[in-house]
Amino acid sequence: MSVQQSAAPILLTSPQVASFVARGFLRFDAAVPADINAQFMAEAGAVAEPEAGTKLGEVYEDTLASSQIPEVPAGTPLADAYRPGSAVARLLDLPLVKGVLRSLLGEAPVFDHHFLHVTFPPRFHEASARENVSQHTHQDSTIDPRPQAFDVQMMYYPHAVTRPMGGTRFVPGTHLRKVSEVALGRYQNIVGQQHMVCEAGTLLFLHHGIWHGGGVNLADDVRYMFKIRMHASGPQTRGWDLSDLSQHNAQRAIFFRKAPPEKGTVETILTTSEPWFEQDTGRLEYVNRIKLWRYLTDDATYDADYWLTRLETSGRAAAEA
Amino acid sequence: MGKLRQKVLVLYLKNSALDSPVAAWAVYDGTGETLHMAGDADTPPYATGLAALKDGWRLFQASQLLPHPRGEELDLAYLKYEFFFEQLVEVTA
Repeated sequence: MSVQQSAAPILLTSPQVASFVARGFLRFDAAVPADINAQFMAEAGAVAEPEAGTKLGEVYEDTLASSQIPEVPAGTPLADAYRPGSAVARLLDLPLVKGVLRSLLGEAPVFDHHFLHVTFPPRFHEASARENVSQHTHQDSTIDPRPQAFDVQMMYYPHAVTRPMGGTRFVPGTHLRKVSEVALGRYQNIVGQQHMVCEAGTLLFLHHGIWHGGGVNLADDVRYMFKIRMHASGPQTRGWDLSDLSQHNAQRAIFFRKAPPEKGTVETILTTSEPWFEQDTGRLEYVNRIKLWRYLTDDATYDADYWLTRLETSGRAAAEA
Repeated sequence: MGKLRQKVLVLYLKNSALDSPVAAWAVYDGTGETLHMAGDADTPPYATGLAALKDGWRLFQASQLLPHPRGEELDLAYLKYEFFFEQLVEVTA
């Protein structure tokens, strides 16, 4: 997606929102201008070179202490969280960023927390006699029993990330599973996992539930990633560019098809599997995606390929029996 | 004779059949010769659980098939089809 510097937000399209619903992320490569990336790196906080016996935790504490990124109380309106003119304020004012947040969270998102993730190269671990390993795969925060409402986490990569630097690892399509943080740490690798190898200024917007973890840094350079978690302050529905949203809900033929389904439609996006999907629960993933689409479109009648209609029809029949 | 150490392979399959495809996996090497960690490979070590058996891994635990509590039939959480395998390896240390 091209990015233009203008005041107006660039709202997401319906297929983009459907993709977020289905896969739990939206990625925009090199979306942040170089001058903001440079300003962020200058403001983020310096990492001191390690000496023998240096404790990594102390290096981290010193980095955060020297950072110009402010402490921000949870619950602050996002618009008030950062000093105007600071790198993060400029980042949040990009039309793309404003558009994504408005599309997924509605007006006036609220700041939950932010964090500067610093992943250290091998020499830091050697100096502190610690094993250099990746972060276990996890879902952030804690078990989140909200049926549909979701928070958005924006991951900002201010410099280029190579594969040896690790990058954020995440598993598309895992966001609708109700799990307890790092309880899933046993899953070392999942078919279809992605690693954030990217250019400077890349943004990754995540559903809060997506399974992810920091990759091990085997390169020479320190790796930075800045994350902001945000939630809605009001209705989270119909906030994107609705001009391409079909007003009718016509069902299409399912299973017995003489040609592949049309690509790029909301229905096709919501019923496209991920490589790790189990053969039975993959269908439940479709069901849960359709429920989330109903929530976001505020349309309780929507269905794709009859997955929910079939269940609801049976339910009515049973209740009437 | 050296001491025995355990290597553990955990496979998550796409259904409860051992010959169904691998969706996720983990390896823990009790000999200390190799170190495995999250995100260290993108291709499964075996295509199926049966392929692991054929390569000498011994199955010692499989997840149960449990009924779905009423009202929670559509809820999803952890991967369902978990199989633990082991190899016993002699080490000289």
